[in-house]
Amino acid sequence: MGSFSLHSSCLAKPTLRWSNDCFQNLNSLKLPALQRRPNFHSRKASKVLAFYGLKSPPYKLDALEPYMSKRLLETHWGEHQRGYVEGLNKELEKNDILYGYTLDELVKVTYNNGNPLPEFNNAAQVWNHDFFWESMQPGGGGMPELGLLQQIEKDFGSFTNFKEKFIEAALSLFGSGWVWLVLKRREKRLEVVKTSNAVNPIVWDDIPLISLDVWEHAYYQDYKNDRGKYVNAFMNHLVSWHVVTARIIRAEAFVNLGEPKIPVA
Amino acid sequence: MALRAIASRKTLAALGSGLRAQARLATTAAAAAASRGLVTFSLPDLPYDYGALEPAVSAEIMQLHHQKHHQSYVTNYNKALEQLEDAVARDDAPAVVKLQSAIKFNGGGHINHSIFWKNLAPIHEGGGEPPKGSLGWAIDADFGSWEAFVQKMNAEGAALQGSGWVWLGLDKEFKKLVVETTANQDPLVTKGADLVPLIGIDVWEHAYYLQYKNAKPDYLKNIWKVIDWKYASEVYEKECR
Repeated sequence: MGSFSLHSSCLAKPTLRWSNDCFQNLNSLKLPALQRRPNFHSRKASKVLAFYGLKSPPYKLDALEPYMSKRLLETHWGEHQRGYVEGLNKELEKNDILYGYTLDELVKVTYNNGNPLPEFNNAAQVWNHDFFWESMQPGGGGMPELGLLQQIEKDFGSFTNFKEKFIEAALSLFGSGWVWLVLKRREKRLEVVKTSNAVNPIVWDDIPLISLDVWEHAYYQDYKNDRGKYVNAFMNHLVSWHVVTARIIRAEAFVNLGEPKIPVA
Repeated sequence: MALRAIASRKTLAALGSGLRAQARLATTAAAAAASRGLVTFSLPDLPYDYGALEPAVSAEIMQLHHQKHHQSYVTNYNKALEQLEDAVARDDAPAVVKLQSAIKFNGGGHINHSIFWKNLAPIHEGGGEPPKGSLGWAIDADFGSWEAFVQKMNAEGAALQGSGWVWLGLDKEFKKLVVETTANQDPLVTKGADLVPLIGIDVWEHAYYLQYKNAKPDYLKNIWKVIDWKYASEVYEKECR
């Protein structure tokens, strides 16, 4: 999900994970970058560049007007999410054990089965926001089609019922959190799930399809305290059913949703 | 029995100086409930103008915070209490239990915000002045210094993830001051039955977003300029008599 790890301190730090004969071998190599140099111990050579990056939404920041203003996106993406990314990178700089994970894995590992490590908040919020921007599109809303619509009707009764449930979950979530449409892996059905703060259904091994940010910062600049208007705007004008369809197609590779058609002999 | 406990909570809203609790609920439902003898809560008036706390807290935020957010907690609290009374009357135990989270959230929101308005005052009325007297000495004794106390409150407030409150509370049993945080709208008592709230700072995003955006530490630094200690000193002196 848009992560990259570049840990240049591995190249220069003398005491970390390198044995003595490694140093000897390095010196005999012809590769200049790996040879011991006079400034071997300099701080500059061991500076970490970055672990994770701030991924841009798949549309321009003013593309979701008038339902989500450019000003709000600039703050939400440019300041909040950037803050989470930078906070996460700073925390990972101090922690060797968590180095090298993809963002998905990092979220699950730092969730620590319900007893989250300090890095969880930043990691999960980066993941959640990437997922959120991708769940929306300019000219979104409307209805899903074909197989996705059938699955929604199967699990919720009707599309209207699903929409009502989703909106009701968003309005009844106390405090900060997220509302999700997930495909539950074990139950093999779609469900609407609310989570608080930064929690994410992937920690329970479920497959999220839609996410909606109901932290106040997600709507306050445009809608003030009117969360209902924001959620309705999301459902009617922003949610990208194309992306949800793509996600559920991928999910079907992991979860068998159909009944096997075993012919009666 | 539950109703008597509810009625005593109303006195919390009436504590302090200069607050007149006006009946703002003009809806017929509330009037009907009141006529049945059910206690309804109402939005307390602010003893200062919405713009009086500028530039620390903007008038826009104060107005939205009071008229929209706090009002909706009051309205939903009353609704939940009415539903609770009905559920108790028809012996519906599952419904009673189901209503608890709504009562905790909306009731807590009403309690916390009522204390919060009393904790604020315009600068020309004493806002921003550190406490004198026994509470001032207690802060020095329990935290080392005024600066250390403010720094602790700000650090806890900034570290709080999501929505919540940061409190200066008095532990009644040990007569000690503590800095605590609570999540969402949980009142301070949820962190300890002996804790009495003296100063509460709202760190929900709605409390600062329009002015400070995501710079929560700036909000926490500036709000001390309008924190008023009269109410806190009164409560402290009463508990420590």
